[in-house]
Amino acid sequence: MILLVMSHSNGHLSKASYELAAVAERLEQDGPRTALVVGNGAGQAASEAARIADRVLVADEPELAHYDPEVWSAVVAQVARETHAHTILVSATRNGREYSPRVAVKLDAPLLEDVVSIHCDGGSLVATRYCFLTRVTETIESTSPVTVVTIKPGAFPVATAAEQSGEQAAVEVVVPQPRLKVVHKASEATDRVPLGEADIVVAGGRGLGTPQGFTELIGGLADQLGAAVAATRAVVDAGWRPYAEQVGQTGKTVQPKAYIAVGISGAVQHLSGMNRSKVIVAINTDPEAPIFNVADYGIVGDVQKIVPAMIQELRR
Amino acid sequence: MRILTLIRQVLDAQEGVHIAANQIDRTGRKLVMDTMDEYGVEEALRLRERGAQAEIIAVAVGPAGVEEALRSALAMGADRAIHVEADVELDAIALSSVVAQIARSEGAELILCGGQQSDWDSQALGAATAERLNWPQATWTRTLELSGSSLSGKHDTEYGVESFEVQLPAVITTQQGLNEPRYPTLPNIMKAKRKQIRKDSLEQYGVQPKLRRKGVVVQTTQRLRKIFDGKDALTAAAQLVNSLRNEAGVIQ
Repeated sequence: MILLVMSHSNGHLSKASYELAAVAERLEQDGPRTALVVGNGAGQAASEAARIADRVLVADEPELAHYDPEVWSAVVAQVARETHAHTILVSATRNGREYSPRVAVKLDAPLLEDVVSIHCDGGSLVATRYCFLTRVTETIESTSPVTVVTIKPGAFPVATAAEQSGEQAAVEVVVPQPRLKVVHKASEATDRVPLGEADIVVAGGRGLGTPQGFTELIGGLADQLGAAVAATRAVVDAGWRPYAEQVGQTGKTVQPKAYIAVGISGAVQHLSGMNRSKVIVAINTDPEAPIFNVADYGIVGDVQKIVPAMIQELRR
Repeated sequence: MRILTLIRQVLDAQEGVHIAANQIDRTGRKLVMDTMDEYGVEEALRLRERGAQAEIIAVAVGPAGVEEALRSALAMGADRAIHVEADVELDAIALSSVVAQIARSEGAELILCGGQQSDWDSQALGAATAERLNWPQATWTRTLELSGSSLSGKHDTEYGVESFEVQLPAVITTQQGLNEPRYPTLPNIMKAKRKQIRKDSLEQYGVQPKLRRKGVVVQTTQRLRKIFDGKDALTAAAQLVNSLRNEAGVIQ
């Protein structure tokens, strides 16, 4: 049985959860699919999960209101054991990648991490994933009876929700006391489409000059395109933008349909966060900037002039 | 107390990737301590410089050449090193078992490790090690303070920066921005040559890889590289928007 661990926020399943259902479909066309929803007041997310799974197990407790790696790994491992799951699918979000190694250790299972394709080959699971700062694709195999797999968001299509709902059942879980005390909870408020789910990403670097320039130009172009906003490490470190928007080795890895890099030179650490995008667009004053080596389209010119011209052109 | 700082030796980020014998070729390439791990060594040194009584032990698992990366850690200021010689490549889950065994036998209370390894692009080693030891973890730290047996700091999460507190023993994963790693001075490089590197064999730990690597392919996406001259901003913008709309079909 495949266990799908659903991720959700603000009461709704994330897009990545629908992608897990599509992965399960590929692995076992007719196999029963069990989804697990962990949280507090997660009724709506559980109902949504029931449209993409035959059975939804709901661990809904006040102690599960906030994510914690030890708590999440304990709950997921307990349910995986009790349901005799042979494959545990988790979305490779920052949180998913943080707690899934603990699940693998608890279950004495291999971890196929951040995979972009996966199939069954006889009794084994064969997956591909990116490595070497996203410049290489490797093929890895698990022959173990139980395997934990994290799925890179955006790498698979989303499953369509069925008309009929699967059954829902509450599960009793043992919730350990979290030992990491979070003093200040980060907020997740953004009006724009989430970075990991966007078809188009507009990203800005230090070449924008000022935080105001960034907000005006990158925000303006993103709003015109219905795109998400991303930033380089340098911009985040300078305090211009929040960490949640950071793309690169130490931030998020994205692969949208179009990635528009504005005023970004293209350090290898940044490229590793976006070099698998379908179409890459670069706008930069420096024709020698490495970003142009990976660009499909680009303009060599002053971003202060080019971006307003693009916004104007898109409005026509 | 004892601090373990985990070291991995990887290809320098500026090196191109090439394949030989179905794996990434390391022969003749510039190999360095993973920069993510350098932040861990540096942070251990800074915790001590700010008053913690600590012995700092650099730990690495890998082929003979890995000793060089350990020497770099010793030259930065680590007290001694443990090199588990292994020619098989262990995945993060398997490697965490070796690290946990060393942490137990050394009585370590703090383990520092890079947030993501630049060869595997894996984020699993810190968390897996913490689980084996039944320790808490804080990943992707930006700042770190030690007061008695209590660690506090800021770290990056899914949605932003959070402040945290955790009691030792704990695993902390490090990243760029936590500190600026020091360059070893010549006297310290000389001193490092006399520091002890204990050699263990992987067999002592009874650890096997948990998964099999079947092959690697270097990404060869051909990019169009259609670059317009932006001297006339309006014309260039019109050309680009037209290409994105009608050629690439990525915008409405």
